[in-house]
Amino acid sequence: MSARLAPTPGQTVGPFFGYGMPYPGGPELVTPHSPGAIALFGRVLDGDGAPVPDAQLEIWQTDPRGSAPRATGSLRRDGLHFTGFGRAATDAEGAYRFWTLTPGARPGAAPFIAAIVFARGLQDKLHTRIYLPDDTTALVADPLLSSLAPTERATLVAERTAEGWLRHDIRLQGEGETVFLAYR
Amino acid sequence: MLEAGHPLCDAEAVTDTQTALSAEIAARHAEYEAAVAGGAPRATGPLLDFAPYRSSILRHPTKNPKLVDPETIELVSPAFGQRDVGELEADLTIQHSGEPLGQRIVVSGRVLDDLGHPVRGQLVEIWQANAGGRYIHQRDQHPAPLDPNFTGAGRCLTDDDGAYRFTTIKPGAYPWRNHANAWRPAHIHFSLFGNAFTQRIVTQMYFPGDPLFALDPIYQSIPEQSARDRLVSSYDHELTSPEWALGYRWDIILTGPQATWFEPEGGEA
Ligand SMILES: [Fe+2]
Repeated sequence: MSARLAPTPGQTVGPFFGYGMPYPGGPELVTPHSPGAIALFGRVLDGDGAPVPDAQLEIWQTDPRGSAPRATGSLRRDGLHFTGFGRAATDAEGAYRFWTLTPGARPGAAPFIAAIVFARGLQDKLHTRIYLPDDTTALVADPLLSSLAPTERATLVAERTAEGWLRHDIRLQGEGETVFLAYR
Repeated sequence: MLEAGHPLCDAEAVTDTQTALSAEIAARHAEYEAAVAGGAPRATGPLLDFAPYRSSILRHPTKNPKLVDPETIELVSPAFGQRDVGELEADLTIQHSGEPLGQRIVVSGRVLDDLGHPVRGQLVEIWQANAGGRYIHQRDQHPAPLDPNFTGAGRCLTDDDGAYRFTTIKPGAYPWRNHANAWRPAHIHFSLFGNAFTQRIVTQMYFPGDPLFALDPIYQSIPEQSARDRLVSSYDHELTSPEWALGYRWDIILTGPQATWFEPEGGEA
């Protein structure tokens, strides 16, 4: 492991990312309510349980067949290709929402959406995962989820609403703190 | 003194002096050094739990991140291409009908992984204050003038060497309400994608020799001087373009696992 270059440190997005990062169509990987489209929505909360109105979520996911999308055009969507990447800033109530497709996974594996959280006051990015709640056998077998206590596991699995949408809150700190990830 | 009702003098007005805040920074650094002496690993980035940056107090996780084997999707990055970024987006000085005020600069460098491989064809986004230290964002109430010829946001894709290049103007320092008389050193916000989603980074680039470095709790949230230095660009006369713009060079090293890196053959990426 010689000659590894020292990494550039991260820094907070600060309060003014709102005109630098969000872009039209960022949260809509697919057209809302189009065939196969699901809403993924929730809130970002701080250590007091208060909404965080100046956070930003990015999601990156497989297509419904379980492949990593290679199509360009996440910033200027062409309406034809699924790019797998989306970006949504939270609103005044700390809420975010995406429209996307259900991610696939290899047989037996638990499908999830990879997510990164940024916020004013947060010094660096935070990686996490948003698992789909449906395949309970796969969830039990998942290497990450099975290594966690039940309360921790619950922070990584979205809730399926009556409409068939996915609801998922992210808690930066305190009771029910979301499990964040570092990679081996 | 600011008058009551002045935008910098509101209900969340702050009373901690810079002296008190600087003492807090020093104490937090000493606490970090003691932890290192006790066997904790040295940090390569910022401390998330860094109370001198007040906004972080309720927004930092209290638990260590879970170490996990990345899945395939996390080992690759979203793909960006020419349709995502217009050619003119890398020049922040030509987005309006007139020339923005301030010192015109070129900022350029390479994006590499920690083995020195170039990060090719990936998205680099920047945003910044204008020459007077004012953001166009409506939340920015710093009573410095807006510049009708400067928005302060740009994008480009890295080339086959991992190089990026922006033309912009040098941002001004700006005040904020972390403590009394708090000023951020001049900086440009950078957002980068690597060869894998695990390498994603958002950070800030600074300018050499800024007198505000020692006073700034965001810059100082990185406890290692060598790591702080990696956020500071260097003046590069080779990059300076005659009778036009001063040049600053800043390379970015992304770390984190990725899918096996393939050396391209015959110059084909
Ligand atoms: Fe800033």
